[in-house]
Amino acid sequence: MPVNVRIVQGLQEAAEILAADRGALLLGGGTLLVRAINEGVMTEGTLLRAVDPALLAINAGGARVELGAGVTMAMVLANRDLSYLHAPARGIGGPAVRTTATIGGNLFAATPYGDFTAALLALDAVVTLHAGFGGAREMPLEEMLTNRARGGVGLVVSVGFNRPVGADAFRFLKVARVRPKGVSVLSIAAHLPQNAGRVSGARIAYGAMGPTPLRAKAVERVLEGQSLDAATIAATKTAALEGTMPATDAIASEWYRREVLPVHLGRLLAGETS
Amino acid sequence: MARMPVQFRLNGSDRAVFVEPAETLLGTIRRGLGDFAPKFGCGQGTCGVCTVLVDGEPRLGCLTLSVTCEGRSIETASGLADGPTLHPLQAAFMEHFAAQCGFCTPGMLMAAKALLDRNPNPTRIEVVEAIAGNICRCTGYEPIINAILAAAQQRGARRA
Repeated sequence: MPVNVRIVQGLQEAAEILAADRGALLLGGGTLLVRAINEGVMTEGTLLRAVDPALLAINAGGARVELGAGVTMAMVLANRDLSYLHAPARGIGGPAVRTTATIGGNLFAATPYGDFTAALLALDAVVTLHAGFGGAREMPLEEMLTNRARGGVGLVVSVGFNRPVGADAFRFLKVARVRPKGVSVLSIAAHLPQNAGRVSGARIAYGAMGPTPLRAKAVERVLEGQSLDAATIAATKTAALEGTMPATDAIASEWYRREVLPVHLGRLLAGETS
Repeated sequence: MARMPVQFRLNGSDRAVFVEPAETLLGTIRRGLGDFAPKFGCGQGTCGVCTVLVDGEPRLGCLTLSVTCEGRSIETASGLADGPTLHPLQAAFMEHFAAQCGFCTPGMLMAAKALLDRNPNPTRIEVVEAIAGNICRCTGYEPIINAILAAAQQRGARRA
């Protein structure tokens, strides 16, 4: 049976179909699923296209930010209130990809893709899921990524997080061999809230350093309560690789990713990246 | 699987077609409607040769399902020229030797048109960023960048 496409208006209907049919997948912009069809990876099943306006909602003006799962990278780039997310959004493909690639789709992108998700992970994002008959519920993004491999996550409606305080509180770095558009060797997102010159509640996340974007909890522990001086940064570089499981692919070997991660982490924390 | 009806405008003309549910816009434009300007390259969203404009935004025809284009306005490189008069971008590509084998050219032209429609006076960096999703393997990027900048300059001169 070839791939079918169903267009549904409401989230409830889409969530119920997803809950009842394990062969059904929600179509975001198509950069992952249509590619899978083109490559013959997806040969049957149902693609759901939900056109509910809630999926395109952007609420970015206040301290709490909510972004619909269907918001594209181009929409993020067009929004001045989301300037701290412009670097990760700009890192997704070229302009023609960014007009279609969605936040929700990025949450399901296999490594080495998913750089925007690493940024959301560093912002401690919470995902709102519509699981079908039970209505909506929230789940930390980190937990959702853990559950992702098992499938049946449900319909991702939106992601929410607190806006970083201060222009320098959120930093993002993508390392690629080709500029300005290239697949990630790795990416690093850092949320570095500071209190009286000392880091408090830091969140560091990596892209392409494991099967999904992951938190660098050892680095976060090193940073806690410290100032961002040379000694602290040196200590973070020592802790940088804990918990990572990079893959070898056409972009970089596992060894190379491990070799360069501490260097780039150090540069990002030192503010030496452009 | 039942074919689905889709209506959209293609280069200013209303078109109505029946498509397979998972048919790409590129397939519909090429096989269904006979416009062979956008090309099939990688099918992965990497090369950009299938770039078309959907409601003025650059999109990859190979990753866009036709059923998602209901009511949209599609532009391809076939619609750039006005009769025998080339679009300024096409003329600039010719004058600056920005097309060698020509395979990437339709995608490059549409990526450039999306840029100039939005930003008539781009910087060189903005041009590079605009065509970052389009791969050229023979001409080289410098003549293409120069052609786009020249087209922008020419359009600016005409407006002045």
